Amino acid sequence: MTDSPNGAPGSDAMVVAEDVHKSFGRLEVLRGIDLTVKRGEVMCVVGPSGSGKSTFLRCINHLEKINAGRLWVNGHLMGYRQKGSKLYELREQEVAAQRREIGMVFQRFNLFPHMTALANVMEAPVQVRNVPRKLARERATELLARVGLGDKHAHHPDQLSGGQQQRVAIARALAMEPALMLFDEPTSALDPELVGEVLDTMKDLARDGMTMVVVTHEMGFAREVGDSLVFMDDGVVVEAGSPAQVLGSPQEERTKAFLSKVL
Amino acid sequence: MSTSAESPPPAGPPPEGRRPPETIKAVPVRHPGRWVAAAVILLLAAMFVNMLLTNPAFDWAYMRSRAFLPNVLEGVRTTLLLTVLAMVIGVVIGVVVAIMRLSTNPILSATAWVYTWFFRAVPRLVLCVLFGNLGILYRELEFGVPFDNYLMPLFGMDGDLRFYSVDMNTVLTAFMAALLGLALSEGAYMSEIVRAGLQSVDKGQTEAAQALGMNNTTVLRRITLPQALRVIVPPTGNETVAMLKDTALVAYVPLNTELWFQLQAIGNRDFSIFPMLIAACLYYLVITSVFMVGQYFLERSFSTNDPVAKITARQTAGGGGM
Repeated sequence: MTDSPNGAPGSDAMVVAEDVHKSFGRLEVLRGIDLTVKRGEVMCVVGPSGSGKSTFLRCINHLEKINAGRLWVNGHLMGYRQKGSKLYELREQEVAAQRREIGMVFQRFNLFPHMTALANVMEAPVQVRNVPRKLARERATELLARVGLGDKHAHHPDQLSGGQQQRVAIARALAMEPALMLFDEPTSALDPELVGEVLDTMKDLARDGMTMVVVTHEMGFAREVGDSLVFMDDGVVVEAGSPAQVLGSPQEERTKAFLSKVL
Repeated sequence: MSTSAESPPPAGPPPEGRRPPETIKAVPVRHPGRWVAAAVILLLAAMFVNMLLTNPAFDWAYMRSRAFLPNVLEGVRTTLLLTVLAMVIGVVIGVVVAIMRLSTNPILSATAWVYTWFFRAVPRLVLCVLFGNLGILYRELEFGVPFDNYLMPLFGMDGDLRFYSVDMNTVLTAFMAALLGLALSEGAYMSEIVRAGLQSVDKGQTEAAQALGMNNTTVLRRITLPQALRVIVPPTGNETVAMLKDTALVAYVPLNTELWFQLQAIGNRDFSIFPMLIAACLYYLVITSVFMVGQYFLERSFSTNDPVAKITARQTAGGGGM
């Protein structure tokens, strides 16, 4: 794996995006994204639906292939190996290896419905990292306790509320001991009274120093927990800065228009 | 019971200390049509039973004396064996072909399509007879370097590059031909069932597994396939019942140890075709019914409370597992 000066493991950058472009057919969803997420930073990404923020998140762990630009995570160029000026696509196994250090939490939880909560959390360490079952079970038990679900080991996803499912999903991602966590609108599919418990779990995680990129509509969370805030619209970063700055005194017209609708 | 605020207060008893309302005892709607239908059907049933008992063509005594001969029972055994083996091979082929079909590799995907197209387009009966006559195409089954008959002269050498050969007739017995015909055809149908099952699993499942760093094989084995089973199992039960009945086709390979062949042969020999036809009906009815009972329990266990979950739960809890 070619390490680049951009976000090499020693440096303080976790995610470096350089002029990232992504199209679905003729539809250009990302039109040149440049940004850097530092280690330990919590970056919130907001914007209207269709602005490309979820797509950008999925590009970070190579669930979507980018069409132009470069994306580094923890010093690794995502999806490619660069030799000189030439790019080589990584093999499926190598892409899988890159993803192991990136945890992802989805809007619709995507828990494995045929497994218990405990098995969901144990699955990746056992299958991917070959952690012995006994050890994986101990780790999974700790993680479920950490997200406040110590008593739900044997429950299947359909026996849990949306908020509980999302917390299991967070524990499942943490089980791989990722260096970076991606959250794709983690509370958008939840009943309003269940949003708080998931946000609290995420706050704990941020307090423990986890690097997080959070696509969200929760402006309160962004203001309270976020170190930085990015406003995206129409495939570009319109405005970025500290949450207080962007939410409090937006400079761009599009930002003002969006915030006037959601705040 | 919910009381809505808009409903008018009942005229009778006072709102306080209300008695439970009287249970409704109304005269039910009459259904004269049902009585007429029952009478007609009873009459027809009686006529049918009467025919069964009085028409000499049935010759029940003769049927009883022939239906349990050793070679008929041998036929039952062959039929069951063929059904089970053809289904097992068919399911394995089906899974492999379905995975090939969904593969991003265009060669594999196209090959799977051609396989399914061919074996679904040609009738099973034709396939069975075709495989029965494969000995005409290949006298011997030989293993060696392909196209050696062109290659050897090219390098100025004589002889061949075949290391092992065996007479086709010893390999391709009637049973093997029958099994091939049924299993290859079943593989094509099963591949469509498995494909539908795999495609029924939410795409988010694959993404979540990939995001955890699983490779495609692990995703399939641990995440997609177990969930697809819920969709795959019920139609597979139907396929098994259908396969049991289709084993009758292999009489035309010809496989003479098979049930339908045996019953028909006895009938032909004794010039009593009809009773043996009835015997065949009864045999297939009984075996199919047994299969259907099994299918019922299998489906029930797969529809309620997620057996796949139970299996994985057991693996996780047991500590052993895979």
